Amino acid sequence: MPPFEYAPAPESRAIVTIEKSYGLFVDGAFTRPKALFPTINPADESVLAEVSQAGPKDVDKAVAAARRAYEGVWGRMSGAERGKYLFRIARILQERAREFAVLETLDNGKPIKETRDVDVPIAAAHFFYHAGWADKLEYAGPSPSGAAPPRPHGVVGQIIPWNFPLLMLAWKIAPALATGNTVVLKPAETTPLSALLFAEVCQQADLPAGVVNIVTGDGTTGQALVEHPDVDKIAFTGSTEVGKAIARSIAGTPKKATLELGGKAANIVFDDAPLDQAIEGIVNGIFFNQGQVCCAGSRLLVQESIHDQVVAKLKRRLGTLRVGDPMDKNSDLGAINSRAQLDRITSLVDAGVAEGAERWSPECSLPAKGFWFPPTVLTGVSQTHRVATEEIFGPVLSVLTFRTPQEAVAKANNTAYGLSAGVWTEKGSRILWMADQLRAGVVWANTFNRFDPTSPFGGYKESGYGREGGRHGLEAYVTTAPASLSTSATGAVR
Amino acid sequence: MTVSTAARTAQDLAAAAKDVLGVSRLTNHALTTWLHGLPGVDQVGCEARAASLGTRSIKTSAKAWAIDTAIGMIDLTTLEGSDTVGKVRSLCAKALVPDPLDPTTPRPAAVCVYGDMVATAKEALADSGIHVAAVATAFPSGRASVPVKLLDTRDAVKAGADEIDMVIDRGAFLSGDYLTVFNQIAEVKQACGDAHLKVIMETGELVTYDNVRRASYLSMLAGGDFIKTSTGKVSPAATLPVTLVMLEAVRDWRELTGVQVGVKPAGGIRTTKDAIKYLVMVNEIAGEDWLSPEWFRFGASSLLNDLLLQRQKLTTGAYSGPDYVTID
Repeated sequence: MPPFEYAPAPESRAIVTIEKSYGLFVDGAFTRPKALFPTINPADESVLAEVSQAGPKDVDKAVAAARRAYEGVWGRMSGAERGKYLFRIARILQERAREFAVLETLDNGKPIKETRDVDVPIAAAHFFYHAGWADKLEYAGPSPSGAAPPRPHGVVGQIIPWNFPLLMLAWKIAPALATGNTVVLKPAETTPLSALLFAEVCQQADLPAGVVNIVTGDGTTGQALVEHPDVDKIAFTGSTEVGKAIARSIAGTPKKATLELGGKAANIVFDDAPLDQAIEGIVNGIFFNQGQVCCAGSRLLVQESIHDQVVAKLKRRLGTLRVGDPMDKNSDLGAINSRAQLDRITSLVDAGVAEGAERWSPECSLPAKGFWFPPTVLTGVSQTHRVATEEIFGPVLSVLTFRTPQEAVAKANNTAYGLSAGVWTEKGSRILWMADQLRAGVVWANTFNRFDPTSPFGGYKESGYGREGGRHGLEAYVTTAPASLSTSATGAVR
Repeated sequence: MTVSTAARTAQDLAAAAKDVLGVSRLTNHALTTWLHGLPGVDQVGCEARAASLGTRSIKTSAKAWAIDTAIGMIDLTTLEGSDTVGKVRSLCAKALVPDPLDPTTPRPAAVCVYGDMVATAKEALADSGIHVAAVATAFPSGRASVPVKLLDTRDAVKAGADEIDMVIDRGAFLSGDYLTVFNQIAEVKQACGDAHLKVIMETGELVTYDNVRRASYLSMLAGGDFIKTSTGKVSPAATLPVTLVMLEAVRDWRELTGVQVGVKPAGGIRTTKDAIKYLVMVNEIAGEDWLSPEWFRFGASSLLNDLLLQRQKLTTGAYSGPDYVTID
């Protein structure tokens, strides 16, 4: 036994009350639960609650409620008033932070230290940030100088993934509401609970009925929302495959869309990098949230001259990662979100080994129940291997080498995706050159996986289109019409 | 606890240094090339890593272990112009019986005093096994000639000091004269004989983490048995990120040379919570081999009483209060 054995430090789950079953949140109230399906804790496979599968009729009611709210209240409200509601939501999120953190960890499987220190605080920050925009859109927003004020689209359908359930909800709802749109949001099938708790927050904040509607369900619910004729815009975060289906489905309609899809980011380490921090950046890049991050640094591109040194340091560091009970405050890695995802990770890693990659994991004992995958490093990976091209979406790092900055750029860009990239070097001029050359929406320099509401986020190529966050992110939620078409500043004109 | 440090001559140390650097002559140019070739430290990343280790939750049995371990790693310190024989004796009595209410309480590793108080401390501590550490080499500024620094060291050793805490010449370091810094450390090491040498880098005056890393390597190269952050007379004294850089340095140094060097943060560590953050960092950065007083120390005075209060709380289940621990 090691001399300094950290005793269990479990966060209490007593702070959160989980109902036995949940209805949908439509027009300011919860419907009666029906067509129930379970949502489970991926860390031990216990059922947490049952939630309702929304059918096309339910989606129709939700969209109708959103339309009424848009035309009756929200679209006519002044920006300053909308901002007050958003500030109120942000404050409630902070006040109930522990409750959200615990619920998110139970439903998603990610460690409590991440929900506590990342997911929930940044979700609140998004509401604070966009609350500030609500009354400034007319003169500081995305419209060109002298043009009419930006106008909301109307009813926005939003579909979010299971990897950051509350945070993605915040990324979607905060800008939509700030710009005067109303929302029908569908959380992921495996992680609906934090969105349903957020519905309570909307009630607590006295948000007018119908401004936010939450419909739970599987892919068919999402499809019904996408295809609904009275939805003006779709905002989607999830897989490239579904993103493409959405784009096909709305082609030829007036619907607007932003798609934030997959990634296969290169994390590029030069021989003059601050090595100890680069190791942390590699670890954070691929093991944060068990690697279930669209912008994860899943491809380590390391300069060949320091390959052995970096891999040795990395392995030593991975030996100190603590994998286990997500509710334990000292866990660094938690559970994989679902059996389906675990199977996908397993089969891709097997394929990598079959193609010649060498697989390594630190010694760690995984819990018997639940969905678990050890932190894994694949060395000897080539550009042609599936593990170098396909998104694994798990705690699996593929290690490749390069010789020159030009080769690093070529290999980094040689992917169907283009969401993010990392550059590690002490040379400032090289950082700027690399940032210019890399075809990725976000380039992190000497850091990785930093998120801030003021900074736009989004992809190139098959990583999607549109930006979220910052001033750029507002553009996706408004029309900047020429002055001649302008009617009033209220924006309630369709 | 034993400190097994062989006496080494300055000549030996220079020869060993040439070996590590792979040069035939130890010049300032050779040292500069070597030190400036070390990987840089990114400030933001280093501080983020230290902060993240600070969020570890150490409870129950782990906390009890950490408190006792931390007490055993303290260099109980008084370094004041106003120190008297009475004050030093009193501090030594505290070291011998940290908590009169609980005889199972471990003792600190050493008592740290100015050179002229060594004999007093030595007498008070007798054969208890608690070491006497003396600051030397014109502590805290280090602004004296080399003969004075060496005499200061020999004087303390002669009076019975088991450990010498020297200061480096920060002026020489900051002007890029690494050879002078090296030579002074090596000569002081020789003057120490069998006494253990801790090299105070005064990181608050070196300012950048790159400098901390370079000074750490230079101190280890020159024969320091411990690298120590601060005199306690300059602000900032010990910080978590500075200690992080030093722990990485000793870890990598052992990998490079096979020689294990200790780390001592000093100054500003006052609470149990702080001490535990340092122990977590030792555990996860340098590794468990450093989790003993032989390889990690706290330079502190008020820390001991906070650890004792927390220890009482764990034993009795209730907080007592400052009047239930003795002031030295």
